[in-house]
Amino acid sequence: MATAVITKPGDDGSKRKATLDAYKLGMWLGVGGITMLFAALTSAYVVRFGEAQANNEWAIFSLPRVIWVSTIILIASSVTFELARRALKNGNTQAFGSWIAITAVLGIGFLAGQLMAWQQLRAQNVFISSDPHSGFFYVLTGTHGVHLICGVLGLLFVAIRRNRYSATSRTAVEVTAIYWHFMDGLWVYLFLLLSFWR
Amino acid sequence: MSDTHAEGAVHHHQPPSGFIRKYIFSIDHKVIGIQYWCLALFAVTFGMLLSLMMRLKLAWPNAKWTMLGTLFPNGFQDGVMKPEFYLSLLTIHGTMMVFFVLTTAPQGGFGNYFLPIQIGADDMAFPRLNMMSFWVTFVGLVFMVASFFVGGPIGGWTGYAPLSSAGVVTGPGQGLGVDLWIISIAIFCIASLLGALNFITTTLNMRVKGMSLMRMPLTCWAWFTTAILSLLSFPVLLGAGLLLLLDRNAGTSFFTPSIWVTGVLQKHQGGSPILWQHLFWFFGHPEVYIAILPGMGLASQVLSTFARKPIFGYRAMAYAILAIGLLGFFVWGHHMFISGMNPSTGLVFSLITLTIGVPSAIKTFNWLGTLWGAKIRFQSPMLFAVGFVSLFVSGGLGGIFLGQTSIDLFLHDTYFVVGHFHLIMGVAAIFGMFAGTYYWFPKMFGKMMNEGLAKVHFTITFIGVYCIFLPMHLLGMAGQPRRYAQFTELPYLQHLEPLNLFLSIAAIVTISAQLIFFVNLAYSLLKGPKAADNPWESTTLEWSVPSPPPFDNFGGKIPVVYHGPYEYSVPGAAEDFIMQTSPETVPASGH
Repeated sequence: MATAVITKPGDDGSKRKATLDAYKLGMWLGVGGITMLFAALTSAYVVRFGEAQANNEWAIFSLPRVIWVSTIILIASSVTFELARRALKNGNTQAFGSWIAITAVLGIGFLAGQLMAWQQLRAQNVFISSDPHSGFFYVLTGTHGVHLICGVLGLLFVAIRRNRYSATSRTAVEVTAIYWHFMDGLWVYLFLLLSFWR
Repeated sequence: MSDTHAEGAVHHHQPPSGFIRKYIFSIDHKVIGIQYWCLALFAVTFGMLLSLMMRLKLAWPNAKWTMLGTLFPNGFQDGVMKPEFYLSLLTIHGTMMVFFVLTTAPQGGFGNYFLPIQIGADDMAFPRLNMMSFWVTFVGLVFMVASFFVGGPIGGWTGYAPLSSAGVVTGPGQGLGVDLWIISIAIFCIASLLGALNFITTTLNMRVKGMSLMRMPLTCWAWFTTAILSLLSFPVLLGAGLLLLLDRNAGTSFFTPSIWVTGVLQKHQGGSPILWQHLFWFFGHPEVYIAILPGMGLASQVLSTFARKPIFGYRAMAYAILAIGLLGFFVWGHHMFISGMNPSTGLVFSLITLTIGVPSAIKTFNWLGTLWGAKIRFQSPMLFAVGFVSLFVSGGLGGIFLGQTSIDLFLHDTYFVVGHFHLIMGVAAIFGMFAGTYYWFPKMFGKMMNEGLAKVHFTITFIGVYCIFLPMHLLGMAGQPRRYAQFTELPYLQHLEPLNLFLSIAAIVTISAQLIFFVNLAYSLLKGPKAADNPWESTTLEWSVPSPPPFDNFGGKIPVVYHGPYEYSVPGAAEDFIMQTSPETVPASGH
């Protein structure tokens, strides 16, 4: 009943519930909040970049190559999530279950890639406290990573309960999809920022 | 109750029966609203006691307070308060009040309780998220109290770097105290974000049939706008807090330049303290409106109800709230005029700041227009609402001085600023909360409050806060800087001692008068006369249901809205008010 129109009391005596639209709106608002967080970090990045460049304190290190791999993995995971979502919409719950599991695995793969990137940097003696550039690299990837962990938890939640969803009952799937695609887009943005604004 | 088998869908509402599910981890917005309200009541008492200690120090700087010295052995030396302790008092007083009182009670408390009922919903859009918001806020409060008792940060509620970022070398409470303080604020940010998206979704998606946006009570407009401000500003503070924590604990230099502290060169290099100010005030200025907008909404509601007149210019009032909220995002620089900012930039910030005077004046004149020629019922909610308007205007006038770069050069960081923001953001918002408490207490608890005690409470508090905060403007103009524990060593300020003493006595009297409020609360809860459904003859939806409302607010029936929120003294109507849910249609001319 999750997709039904509201303003109808539940037959089981519960309160009137929010609709799929409400859940989607709620997630979009949450995404808006996260955007502001990264806007704040970006503005800090730009300001510190300008000042550090003027003082010759902006040390450039080469981005770890594994970042390319993890970026491709994350983009692929958005594609598989979209396949899962469409499968569910068309009532193909079996395909939905498989695609959603693959998405979760890809998400974990991305996180592993990010950890490897951190390790490669540490091997080059680039630490969070080394200089403003490395500080922001760790902060931006770390903050994004924490948000992505939440996304993976959401995916696992959906994957475990995959049998409960159907073409007419898919609120959690739709909402997780918004979040996941946003995290994907956010990463591409961060990747471009870190690659070109340096 | 109203569980009748009349027309419309009737269903059996089942409140949870266990104590824990019902009162502790409840997902009912009404219980959560009361929880927020109680949390704010604790926080305001805590913050008030800290300010009392500050006033003791300022009036009698060298007096010995043996009992306080026993309570806080680290804060006193031979019974005399140490300046570091004074600084930690002001830091925690400010942070506690701004976050856990001004942000929490009007929005989390009253907003949670009454937004869903006023728009005809059974609950918030996401009840579980709502419960989480409250408990996360509670954890934040625990961290804040802990931060005070492990020593207490000394940098003020704005936490300017590098004092806040350089670590324990800068003072006794600057180690663990600041870390706990930042974590508390970060937790609070997350809680507010969750709350905000719930409020916005509820307002947009849960309105009942007939409740168009332009039929919403102005309280709902205020809560809605406040939620938008929270959603957009708290993440910025969260990001800034994260960077500050890293500067302190991971050796980064986002905000910390290379500095000498007590003769030791710190490891940091190149960080920008001004960056912290920008990030902080990008949050900090909208925060001011987060505190005051709900009070504005409530003042409109109460003035209209007790003047028995429609609110003057409803649409203008709604748009003014939105305009204030929007402009609030572009004025943060006026807190930083003396930070070395480019004067042209300062001019732009100054102009936008003064522009906020326009929607503020619209609101003020419309409030006065509502009162004009009315047969006013001077009951306790009305007294506090009128007090709100008065304090808002007085505080706002000080803002016109501070908003101009040239005058701010002189007044910056003086008691003029302290007086200004306490009037407009502190006590004005507190008067909004008092008005809300006296107005909604009958609905929330089903009992009437004692009117006589309320009037005594109002009279002393109203005169008292003016006695405290108006003279602060004079102190500021005379050059008394803020955040000093003691002025006895500064000859040019010594002639101000009597005024400082007067302020402290006024503060002690005003704080003592709050006992009347607490007595009234306790007495009314236990012995107050039973409240009718609509004791104030008000029009909005919460007054159409029993006091207190049933678990699902409307007893299984879905209300339909036929009228705007403030239809008082409509010519030709049967009574001097028409409920929003009343199907009554009024003939064009009287009968």
